[in-house]
Amino acid sequence: MSTRERHTIEADRRMLLKLAGIGLGVAALPSEASAQEDAPPAAGHAMPEAAPSTTPSSPPPAGYLFLNADEAAFVEAFADTLIPEDEYGPAGTELGVATFVDRQLYSGYGQGDRMYLQGPFYEGTPEQGYQMPLTPAELVRAGIADVNAHVAKTFGGNSFDLLQPADRVKVVTALEKDEIALSSVPTNAFFEVLFQLAMDGFFADPIYGGNKGKASWKMLGYPGVGQMYADKIAQWRNKPFRAEPQSIQDLA
Amino acid sequence: MAEKLKPVDVVIVGSGWTGGIVAKELAPTGLKVVMFERGRPQSTNPDFLGPQVHDALKYSRRHEMVQNVKKETITFRNDPAQRALPMRQLGFFLPGTNVGGSGAHWSGLTWRWMEWDHRMYSGTVEKYGKSIIPEDMNLQDWPISYHDLEPYYDKFEKVCGISGKAGNLRGKIVAGGNPFEAPRRNEFPNPPMTASQSMVMFEQATRNLGYHPFPIPTANCSRDYVNPDGIALGQCHYCGHCTAYGCEANAKASPHFLMLPLAAKNPHFELRTHSTVLKVNLDSTGKRATGVTYVDAQGREYEQPADLVVLAAFVTGNVHLMLHSGIGKPYDYQSNTGVIGRNYAYQSLGGAGVMLDKNTFTNPFMGSGALGMWIDDFNGDNYDFAKAGFIGGGGISCGQNSGDPLGYHPVPPGAPRWGAGWKKAMVETYQHTTGVGHQGAVMSYRQNYLDLDPTYRDIYGRPLLRLTFDWQPNELKLMAAHNEVCRRIAAEMAGKKYVPSSSGAGRPRRFSSVPYQTTHNTGGVVFGDNPRTSALNKYCQSWDVPNVFVLGASAFPQNAGRNPTGPAAALAFWASDAITRKYLKNPGSLV
Repeated sequence: MSTRERHTIEADRRMLLKLAGIGLGVAALPSEASAQEDAPPAAGHAMPEAAPSTTPSSPPPAGYLFLNADEAAFVEAFADTLIPEDEYGPAGTELGVATFVDRQLYSGYGQGDRMYLQGPFYEGTPEQGYQMPLTPAELVRAGIADVNAHVAKTFGGNSFDLLQPADRVKVVTALEKDEIALSSVPTNAFFEVLFQLAMDGFFADPIYGGNKGKASWKMLGYPGVGQMYADKIAQWRNKPFRAEPQSIQDLA
Repeated sequence: MAEKLKPVDVVIVGSGWTGGIVAKELAPTGLKVVMFERGRPQSTNPDFLGPQVHDALKYSRRHEMVQNVKKETITFRNDPAQRALPMRQLGFFLPGTNVGGSGAHWSGLTWRWMEWDHRMYSGTVEKYGKSIIPEDMNLQDWPISYHDLEPYYDKFEKVCGISGKAGNLRGKIVAGGNPFEAPRRNEFPNPPMTASQSMVMFEQATRNLGYHPFPIPTANCSRDYVNPDGIALGQCHYCGHCTAYGCEANAKASPHFLMLPLAAKNPHFELRTHSTVLKVNLDSTGKRATGVTYVDAQGREYEQPADLVVLAAFVTGNVHLMLHSGIGKPYDYQSNTGVIGRNYAYQSLGGAGVMLDKNTFTNPFMGSGALGMWIDDFNGDNYDFAKAGFIGGGGISCGQNSGDPLGYHPVPPGAPRWGAGWKKAMVETYQHTTGVGHQGAVMSYRQNYLDLDPTYRDIYGRPLLRLTFDWQPNELKLMAAHNEVCRRIAAEMAGKKYVPSSSGAGRPRRFSSVPYQTTHNTGGVVFGDNPRTSALNKYCQSWDVPNVFVLGASAFPQNAGRNPTGPAAALAFWASDAITRKYLKNPGSLV
């Protein structure tokens, strides 16, 4: 396949992705996949080097399904506090983590479609686990309002997203350590749900809207979801196997 | 009022390993067999095809292949004085749903339990006397021995193409295998899988310490294989998406392709999916089952009359159906009488992390569900209970399962789990860490049991199953001792005096239902020789209602330091033999 043909296909794919509303963050991938196919046979396992840095080629898709503007600002600030920009890559929001969180909260999971939510409700012991009638989406929504109310009291009327990075770190640390009592929901329950969602947004397959450009996979050297290692596990024993990571959309 | 359907010969509840085995073994009889599966149909093609089947969020985080607790769950408490509360989200165990059941998403560690595991009571009393057994421990033997079951273990290994290395062939110890295993008549059908770097290091370290490492027997095929039924299994891809996932290569032995197609060779076999069996119906004497009542996808209730009812659901499902149907006397912990819900046991876990140097690379993404090295030096009764101060043992292992970052992005002890410095810690650790884990036996106790919850109900209006369980001193001592062994091995692997972190250290004294631990639940409908302490006879047939058989790990009187699928499947073959060779010729109690 010529370079020109490849670019035409890539352009078509970009257009399709755009029309599908998926965004452009992954559109550069077909050329990377082609580069692998075009590698000389003699190269064997020498897969292309991982891209040195991950700068998404476009901003995340505009708009949120579940989060209102205040909540979105909170989640973006929270994601950037957990996953700050550094020499290993961009901050969480730039990687679509807030988009991921938003979509998950509006999904079956966020709406509690596989939770037992029948009463009666009692507090229970820590060993008995989650006992509230709130879905994850309701819990996160209530918790965000609670944290912002707490921040307004202690930081002179500001909301969490308007704090300086160092103060955001202080607030998130206090939430993690259960040192802030929230007014309507247990601090720990709220923090762990939103923390896990943000982490999953960083690591999950990009098809869910986060981990743009497979940033976390490239960072760790994870080759993605398409590899088979039956002929590699012995050959690469105690040697780092590297390959350009492939996501579900790269292979679908 | 449920609509009454035309009678059939046999009803099987559940389409996992044990139900699949009995359906397949019944196929040559040509009997009218109906199998019920609460979940949906699923097959390798198209349901387990790549790349979508490697979606970690869908399968390992949201548990696509696991029971929906919105519909059915359990309630839990640590002791009888507490109020049990519902498990509102999936927690400590992950029972399967859909065709193939847990057998479609399992890991594939396939054991024969040790000889002692089949006779824990006699084996203990012979060596140490009765006084070593705590007053509240309901220690019981299996009603059959390892040797009774050996041909059926052998059969299951061949069906699945288990990959491993024999350590004891007809009493002769074989190098490279497990010297502690019970004698086996045959070598495994396939050679062991290819070891990862972490396994090579574990093997060396345990040898240095004088232990006896061997490759875990896996139902992840080490090579292409055609089983005795003529069904092909593919070579494992080591793709690292195994536990919690279906297998696109049919390398992971699963009932949906190894059993159900053979069951369906019987023209009178029918699989009804989206069909939840609510109860087993009894006649006016209460001594004979007349069939089952089930609800279909549209919520319509039907009565399916049948001459023989086989319960082959998950452990919790079997116990729930027995209690809700009124078969056998429910267990009462205060008087230690009754049998349904008695002798529930879970399994204990722990271990130690290993931080490797920067020149050692694990490639953590090259793995499979069962890939690992193991030692049995501390398992079964391979050491002195009197000295140790507890009964039971456990396996200690190092495996390589999945490097998918969604579930695997370790950092060293003390490193931040977010924010500044976190990414650096992850990047520097991802290729350079592994772990040593242990999986321990858990004995059965009066105060650990299953019954019906007085308050909470499932979406069908049935009382939920209630679990009362906590760690007991015997198991806490075992866990502490085995954590110590894991730390010793971890230090040897790390090659320095450095004492690695331990995931088992600081374990709270109470059992928590919240974090996932293992799906290995046992007991509740145990088999035995005495109807006062067992629900089933040695053929897994109800003492009280002889046309009901109950299969699976619910029959085990205690849990062992091994995974339960091997013995659960062997027992299903054993019970199927009894049904086809004895029961069908002369229906009635076989003992």
